[in-house]
Amino acid sequence: MAKQTNKPDAGKIFLEEATGGKPQSHPSRPSFWKQAGQTLLIPALAIVTGLIVGAILIIFTSLEVYAAFKQSFFGGLWTAVKTVIDAYWALFAGSIGDPVRIVTALQSGDALEIRRAINPFLESLVAATPYILAGLAVALGFRAGLFNIGVEGQFFIGAAASTYVGYAIKGLPWFIHMPLALLAGAVGGGLWGVIPGWLKAKTGGHEVINTIMMNWIAFRLTEWLLGGPMNRPGAGGMPISPFIEKSAELPQFFPSPIRFHLGFFIALGIAWVVYWFLFKTTWGFNLRTVGANPSAGRYAGMDIVGNTVLAMTLSGALAGLAGANQILAVNRTMMIGLSPGYGYDSIALALLGRSHPLGVVLAALLFGILRNGATRMMVVSGIPDDIISILQALILIFIAAPAIIRTVYRLRAPKVEEEGIFVSGWGGAK
Amino acid sequence: MAEPVLQLKGITKRFPGVLANDHIDLTLYQGEILALLGENGAGKTTLMNILYGLYHPDEGEILVRGQKITISAPTDAIRAGIGMVHQHFMLIPVFTVTENVMLGEETVRLGDFLDRQSSAKHIKEISAQYNLAVDPTAYVRDLPVGVQQRVEIIKLLYRKADILIFDEPTAVLTPQEADELFKIMRSLSAQGKSIIFITHKLREVLEVADRIMVIRRGTVVGSTTPAEADRNTLAAMMVGRAVNLEVEKQPAQVGDIVLQVEHLTVEDDSHQITVEDVGFDVHAGEIVGVAGVQGNGQTELVQALTGLRKPLGGSIHLLGQDVTRATPRQITELGCAHVPEDRQRDGLVLPFPVADNLVLCTYYKPPAANGVTLQQNFILQNAVQLIDQFDIRTPGPLTTVGALSGGNQQKVIIARELSRPILFLVASQPTRGLDVGSIEYIHKRLVEKRDAGCAVLLVSPELDEIMELSDRIAVMYRGKIIAIVPAEETTKEAIGLLMAGVQPERIERAVGPRKVETTF
Repeated sequence: MAKQTNKPDAGKIFLEEATGGKPQSHPSRPSFWKQAGQTLLIPALAIVTGLIVGAILIIFTSLEVYAAFKQSFFGGLWTAVKTVIDAYWALFAGSIGDPVRIVTALQSGDALEIRRAINPFLESLVAATPYILAGLAVALGFRAGLFNIGVEGQFFIGAAASTYVGYAIKGLPWFIHMPLALLAGAVGGGLWGVIPGWLKAKTGGHEVINTIMMNWIAFRLTEWLLGGPMNRPGAGGMPISPFIEKSAELPQFFPSPIRFHLGFFIALGIAWVVYWFLFKTTWGFNLRTVGANPSAGRYAGMDIVGNTVLAMTLSGALAGLAGANQILAVNRTMMIGLSPGYGYDSIALALLGRSHPLGVVLAALLFGILRNGATRMMVVSGIPDDIISILQALILIFIAAPAIIRTVYRLRAPKVEEEGIFVSGWGGAK
Repeated sequence: MAEPVLQLKGITKRFPGVLANDHIDLTLYQGEILALLGENGAGKTTLMNILYGLYHPDEGEILVRGQKITISAPTDAIRAGIGMVHQHFMLIPVFTVTENVMLGEETVRLGDFLDRQSSAKHIKEISAQYNLAVDPTAYVRDLPVGVQQRVEIIKLLYRKADILIFDEPTAVLTPQEADELFKIMRSLSAQGKSIIFITHKLREVLEVADRIMVIRRGTVVGSTTPAEADRNTLAAMMVGRAVNLEVEKQPAQVGDIVLQVEHLTVEDDSHQITVEDVGFDVHAGEIVGVAGVQGNGQTELVQALTGLRKPLGGSIHLLGQDVTRATPRQITELGCAHVPEDRQRDGLVLPFPVADNLVLCTYYKPPAANGVTLQQNFILQNAVQLIDQFDIRTPGPLTTVGALSGGNQQKVIIARELSRPILFLVASQPTRGLDVGSIEYIHKRLVEKRDAGCAVLLVSPELDEIMELSDRIAVMYRGKIIAIVPAEETTKEAIGLLMAGVQPERIERAVGPRKVETTF
């Protein structure tokens, strides 16, 4: 065909300008670090901004600061700075570890002391593990254009199924029992996901409403199970399950009180599998296409109904795995207060991680660190750990409204449309 | 000619990396229609947005009736008597015409009560004066698009605008509605209003303009009049090189029947029968054009043929196989390609890279996939090859399709659909909204496919396109195919009458096209 020889039009010039150069003759994926830098810029700035606003909140809620300001202005200022530094130092030491202690421990070569010194960090990883799995559940839903608010319920059903398999089946070797119990969790969660998925695909019932309703059913159902059929003998009416068999436990690597366990690596492995599934397989292509543009999916001959059901099932299964992981690795028995809201926090962290498995892992680590450090911060500096919830909320607001961050830091708007996440609204139930 | 009502002098507007307007001079005289012609992205809309106060020029000045003015917001423009009919209407559907026109300019009596009667009376006067035929009490949501546009015009006249800017006004109109609009524009200019008419459609410019100004890449490349210019010279000015608007094609080498449709009946989403008892066939090596005003069942017909909509009755045979109830994928697998009517809704996944969009229909099988794993290398290589072969202007294969211009987005679809081994092609409005250069290119490709022995069904409301490309023309009217005629045995006028529902035997008696009710 005849190549057009005229000069490029304004649109072309603009595109070249906007994407930094002429079209490359040899295609190459943009440098990993450049891409990662661009993607992480806003979340990183959001975290920094969140910490700054959090610091202001800490100052304003500290009675000591008010008292010091009554004495003298500079004294007040000093107290304010000191309060913030103390608080964030405690947060850091409680979640990553006290560097001085770690160094001393390493020099002494005492294995026990080393483990104790790095335990805050290991504990952060323990706290991050359910966040990784639950966050992947929400992210996978987002990629398929589905808003799975039911992760919390799927988490409980998965935990219950896994608990039951864990204590009721006896005499299996660990290499069968443990995977079986994990699988039970995935199946339980998947079952809780497939119902709203099927309702959405067949009847158009919106998954947001249906998953919320499924949450309530899940809560009441597990309550009844734990107080009734799954009640621990001799629990005296407390809704708590028997302990699971040793053979079903996910091993912890170090003696108590260090809880760091195999589940963390399983979660990382599953994050990789989800990444592979979404971006390297035809199924993932299907799912992402239908999620990004269902009309184009239909046009390309994709099965919309099957995709919706599949996505909700997988999402539920991941949530169920998160529940199973908590039971098999950490709690080893099930009670009502199993989750401090993993399912809901995971929606936030999926957004924070831009629904990308790697992003989810990073966001989950952040949440694990914040949650774990918050406890220590409360103990050491007397600042309520609620401030961490506020901090998380602030970070999310800044992520959800990137315009704020761009304005504050005078960044330019993104030049080329990114692969975004689309969730059909309330009206788009089809 | 009369005195200049509007003068733009040396208007320059820079965007980061782009000189959108480069020292543009423009003079508009009282009572004339000035057409501003240029390809998408040439800077027409930027210029008008400057005039309307939405952008601020970096250099240059604006004079209205000799008075230098600064326009920093649309209110300033309205005060200076400049009004704009936007491509996308700014109307509130649940309000009546009167309420929409009054909005922001409410007349009140007894304090805060709206005086609808006096406004309605005023609207009626305006409507009568310029032949606008709008009922002030009708709700906007009930009005056809053409009439909604008239409401926009009334809004401007109600605000006493005498410089009217029309931004691509025919993009949303049927040919008949466009003709009505041109009548209105002429009537407005005859009564002293001055009009700037922005478009990239050559035929319209020649039909309605008094003077033509062509813009290319932000600069004025020339001025002319309809008397001095024709489509080819205008196209050349717009694109900057000679453009061949006439499609060169050899006589069709017609082969076997590829598509056979019999007694096909299809309903739309609201269960209205929109395709009724339709029968036709398409042979290998020919282009069958489906002409018709938009909304006469073409959309549903194409959806039924491509498996996106299950027919109520009748049969569709593709290459001898019954595909009446087949799925889109089964039909694709038989060798059918589909260029969809709405490229952004159906044809592309905008947030995906160009490379992924180029395998949207073949991603699941070799060579794009090996089992369930996508072959990224092939997908990338394929993209590089097609980008080169189909001249897709993109920074690279991994750029998201949403970042490309409309013409290049369409080229992505054309590349994807035409690069496969196909026997049947359904092209639905393949050049909608594209500029001359892209249209020429896509037409050439369609004819190439036909010459290679592919059966092509071309659906388009653009009569010119149908006339130029088709070997046979089927005319759809109210869900029925009312005539199928060989292209060389007919004329544009005859097809135009058929499109308006005038039966073939009555053509000779007909004096003009009847009013066609269009469904929205």
